[in-house]
Amino acid sequence: MKQPSELLRQQVLRQADEHRDWLEERWQMLASDCSERELHIVMGMAPRILGKAQLTLEPDALAQFDAMLPGWQPVDWSLDSAARVVSLAIYRGERPFAAIFKDLRRTADTRELIALYQGLPFYPAPESLAFDVGEALRSNISDVFRAVVHHNPYPQTYFDGHRWNHMVLKALFINLPLQPILGLLERNNPELACQLVDHVKERWAAGRDISIEVWRCIAPYAIEANALDIFEQAINGTSKHGAAAALSLAANPDPRAQALLAANPRAQLLVDEGLAKENLVNEDLTHRNSLLKREDA
Amino acid sequence: MFIDPHAHMISRTTDDYEAMAEAGIVAVIEPAFWVGQPRTFVGTYVDYLSTIVGFERFRAAQFDIRHYCTIGLNSKEANNEELAEGVMEWLPRFALKEGVVAIGEIGYDEQTALEDKYFRAQLTLAKELKLPVMVHTPHRDKKRGTSRSMDVCEEMGVDPSWVVIDHNNEETVKETLDRGFWAGFSIYPSTKMGNARMVELLKQYGGNGIIVDSACDWGISDCLGVPKTAQLALQSGISPEIVRQVTYANALEVYGKSGQIKERDWFEPTGIDQRDLYEGNSILRGGREPRIEAPGQRKKENLYIE
Repeated sequence: MKQPSELLRQQVLRQADEHRDWLEERWQMLASDCSERELHIVMGMAPRILGKAQLTLEPDALAQFDAMLPGWQPVDWSLDSAARVVSLAIYRGERPFAAIFKDLRRTADTRELIALYQGLPFYPAPESLAFDVGEALRSNISDVFRAVVHHNPYPQTYFDGHRWNHMVLKALFINLPLQPILGLLERNNPELACQLVDHVKERWAAGRDISIEVWRCIAPYAIEANALDIFEQAINGTSKHGAAAALSLAANPDPRAQALLAANPRAQLLVDEGLAKENLVNEDLTHRNSLLKREDA
Repeated sequence: MFIDPHAHMISRTTDDYEAMAEAGIVAVIEPAFWVGQPRTFVGTYVDYLSTIVGFERFRAAQFDIRHYCTIGLNSKEANNEELAEGVMEWLPRFALKEGVVAIGEIGYDEQTALEDKYFRAQLTLAKELKLPVMVHTPHRDKKRGTSRSMDVCEEMGVDPSWVVIDHNNEETVKETLDRGFWAGFSIYPSTKMGNARMVELLKQYGGNGIIVDSACDWGISDCLGVPKTAQLALQSGISPEIVRQVTYANALEVYGKSGQIKERDWFEPTGIDQRDLYEGNSILRGGREPRIEAPGQRKKENLYIE
């Protein structure tokens, strides 16, 4: 099976048009043991030569990628970012990959940082990048955090439980949607559910709003996380949250969860409403985050 | 609409960004410099360059101000040879980053041999990378130091129309303009220029070749140096065309030679790149709205902090 980076390389060359030769030359050089200084310069020049247009894939390329990297999509990838990722993926240098990555990271401008982290699924030695990934998770620049967290298979595969949970919590803290996190339901766990219950109570005590996406994460562990009371509160509260809460709780087979719904007159109505509104999450995001102009959910 | 082409924003608070945005500043250029006391590790310099290329741009964007920077080894720290050698190795890795509009601020502080060595080395780098140069002129022995800075630029074959000689005063301005260099003036209380004096110079020299900045930093300085000078100039009868030249257009022209600063950066922020910081996703930590309405009022009169 072809490597993802090979396929990406092919796609980038296709879109590079009149700059194809420049790119081919650089890539040949990078693949045959040149200095890191050369790599840094290619990384710096990429947007200036190739431009920043959106990356476009051939129609069947996405399916091929999906076979190799399930769930991966180049949402918000630009041509120069893709070229940067390929450059790094094919580079053959003397130092360990993590050391090379670290030096690129510490000198990168923000667009470059985004590209570096978007490219995580394409690099060799992915586990060795744990520290640098941590730096991105700790970043105050939300787009850098997003590059790791959204549409990226890396966290689902490589994060331990602690890092996974804190990633979700931070996404909520900085008002990012959860839906684009690959593996959100598969990696869901009781500890996260407990942390989310605390998060809900904290926000409510402060008179602040919460994301309607939390309910879907808490509901499977509603009993373990002692969350029935907040579900009750949500169901009796605004219909936006009521619908999301009721709908997600309805999928929990535990008799205590089902009993709560059965005992509440509003619950069935809200479940129906939740089912009817497929874009419940989208609406909430639009309402809470009119700043976010991208289609993420 | 103003540009402040010399502002050490890393030392300034968000109150300043708010005030600058409200006063009509659309863009700032932050020169690489020392940080108030001498650095002792190359790494801290590297991380500082990374900050002015990265996080400070993001911070400014939250107030709708476009932030650019210059990259360089400053004149004070050129005197630490071990530090200087180390920094020189890292400079090329930063000089081609997005938003880097010049090599700077370089030049003389005390006019030592080491300062001279690294000034020349960086002029060579600027030529190699095809970047403009921002020259810091000394505050002591300024007249001779400024002349000497221009001598070295010419000796090294740098085109004067690519060089801003900053921190001019009444004693240096004529020679700077006559020799074809851009003349920057830093409107900074006590130690540099005042804006009343600046207005007098505008009456004398007009707007060609002149650039006004605030050089605001850790010291007692005014982040509104540029708009205040503009206002005083207009009130004093200087033409709007000249005011526009010296508080906007000239800075854009010289630093625009880098290809890294363009008017459409603030006119059409939604146009070009979906993933640019400035549009769409300039979300503050904790999720506050980025656009501040009438900031001065809000802060003073509002007892509540939410």
